[in-house]
Amino acid sequence: MGSNVPEKYKTLIKDDKRIDGRKLDELRPVKIEVGVIPSASGSAYIEIGNTKVLAAVHGPKEMFPRHMIDEDKAVLNVRYAMLPFSTSDRVRPGPSRRSNEISKVTRHALESVICLEEYPAMGIDLTLDIIQADAGTRATAITAASVALAHAGIPMKGLVAATAIGKINDKLAVDLNGPEDNFGQTDMPIAMISTNKNITLLQMDGDFSKEEFKTALSMAKKAIGPLFEAQKAALRKYYE
Amino acid sequence: MTILYQNKQYIRDNITKKRDDERSNDEFRKITIETGVIGRAEGSARVKIGDTEIIAGIKMDIGKPFPDSPAEGVIMVNSEFSALASPDFENGPPREDSIELSRVVDRGIRESKTLDVEKLCVEEGEKVWMVFIDITIVNHDGNLIDAAGIGAITALLTAQIPKIDKDGTINRDGKFEGALPIRDIPVPITSGLINNTIVTDMNKNETECAEAIFTVATIKNENYCAMQKAGPSEMTDEQMLKISEIAQKESKKIRSAIEAAVKKHKA
Repeated sequence: MGSNVPEKYKTLIKDDKRIDGRKLDELRPVKIEVGVIPSASGSAYIEIGNTKVLAAVHGPKEMFPRHMIDEDKAVLNVRYAMLPFSTSDRVRPGPSRRSNEISKVTRHALESVICLEEYPAMGIDLTLDIIQADAGTRATAITAASVALAHAGIPMKGLVAATAIGKINDKLAVDLNGPEDNFGQTDMPIAMISTNKNITLLQMDGDFSKEEFKTALSMAKKAIGPLFEAQKAALRKYYE
Repeated sequence: MTILYQNKQYIRDNITKKRDDERSNDEFRKITIETGVIGRAEGSARVKIGDTEIIAGIKMDIGKPFPDSPAEGVIMVNSEFSALASPDFENGPPREDSIELSRVVDRGIRESKTLDVEKLCVEEGEKVWMVFIDITIVNHDGNLIDAAGIGAITALLTAQIPKIDKDGTINRDGKFEGALPIRDIPVPITSGLINNTIVTDMNKNETECAEAIFTVATIKNENYCAMQKAGPSEMTDEQMLKISEIAQKESKKIRSAIEAAVKKHKA
């Protein structure tokens, strides 16, 4: 990110309203659809603002590669990818350092809720394709992933949903959009479990004081609530 | 994973009473920081935390800037988990863990704006300094991120920008422009949960027992500049707040050690 901030993004908050008209603690509009990929064991499509993600689960099935088999439990294989046309500059296809790291933290964000021990020696493939990116792609992908896992009928201790808390113009705000992410001061993606609100993913870069970090955690707890509701509503609607 | 099941169980069961090397839960192992260990590098450091040992080296080159920041130098962090450091490491392209380590160290330095990249512009839009921070693990006994982060910033603090000769080539004969423009000293501190107990500076066996791991990088004014949670289990917000407070406290001590090592290097 360059340090040259375009004039129109110098003021990201005016009269407590953000550039897209949201309040500081307001999520972008959320839309979730279940069962969008018939050949998958479970799938989901999600839109959070302008970020759009497809999630598919294949499995539990035979684990491949075989040397990665865990005799005690299933292995969750996560592949997160930004598709080439998802951003203004084309993304080179194939794994990058960024996508490798995000795949790893996403796996950790979901592993603790999935009853992997129900399927020893098997593999569960989770593919997350970002078809349009406007900040918060990993958070959106995680929110979609747990819906797809639930749709696949894989037993879980709860749903996982994620959002980001950021700092823009020195104020904390929920669910950053593209310009807020690019020209803001801090970004903290965070994922929580629906049942106990414990944290399964947290990354932060930028600048937070001790108090800001504390506030950000409690803001996240509050903001993620509606995401769990949206996940549950989408699943309920599918089975009606 | 090379740790025996029995050892894992032992560490988990006993962690609330004592650690296998008798440290208290928030106590670091002995840290040593050496500077100027690689003469060919523009800056370098060797860091030991207990038996963990890493070498960080800075190399600089002239390159083209990124189109969205035509007047800014470029930072790149890369790490090598060489097969010499542990039976768990295999040769070949970087894997998940080494990519994560590089990216967490990178974010600590980048997001704290430690390196004044605007001062690394040679010719706007055409030529800027590219600062490569390469970290190699010499021996793996846990807490690689903290060792790498300490090594990277120490190497940066001791690095010298090479002189550019009249014909535009970089002088590699030991002629320098001066030190790199460094504004802060970010220090990452990693703690984990073992049997739901918070443990700082985990050795390799402890790391393999950890359910969840949380790294927090702190800058001079005690604010946080980068965080990363890893490991398959969840953490409560109280645990994260506690770990970030430990990071504030421990990073202060380590920052003084870095400053002392750099002062000695420059004397």
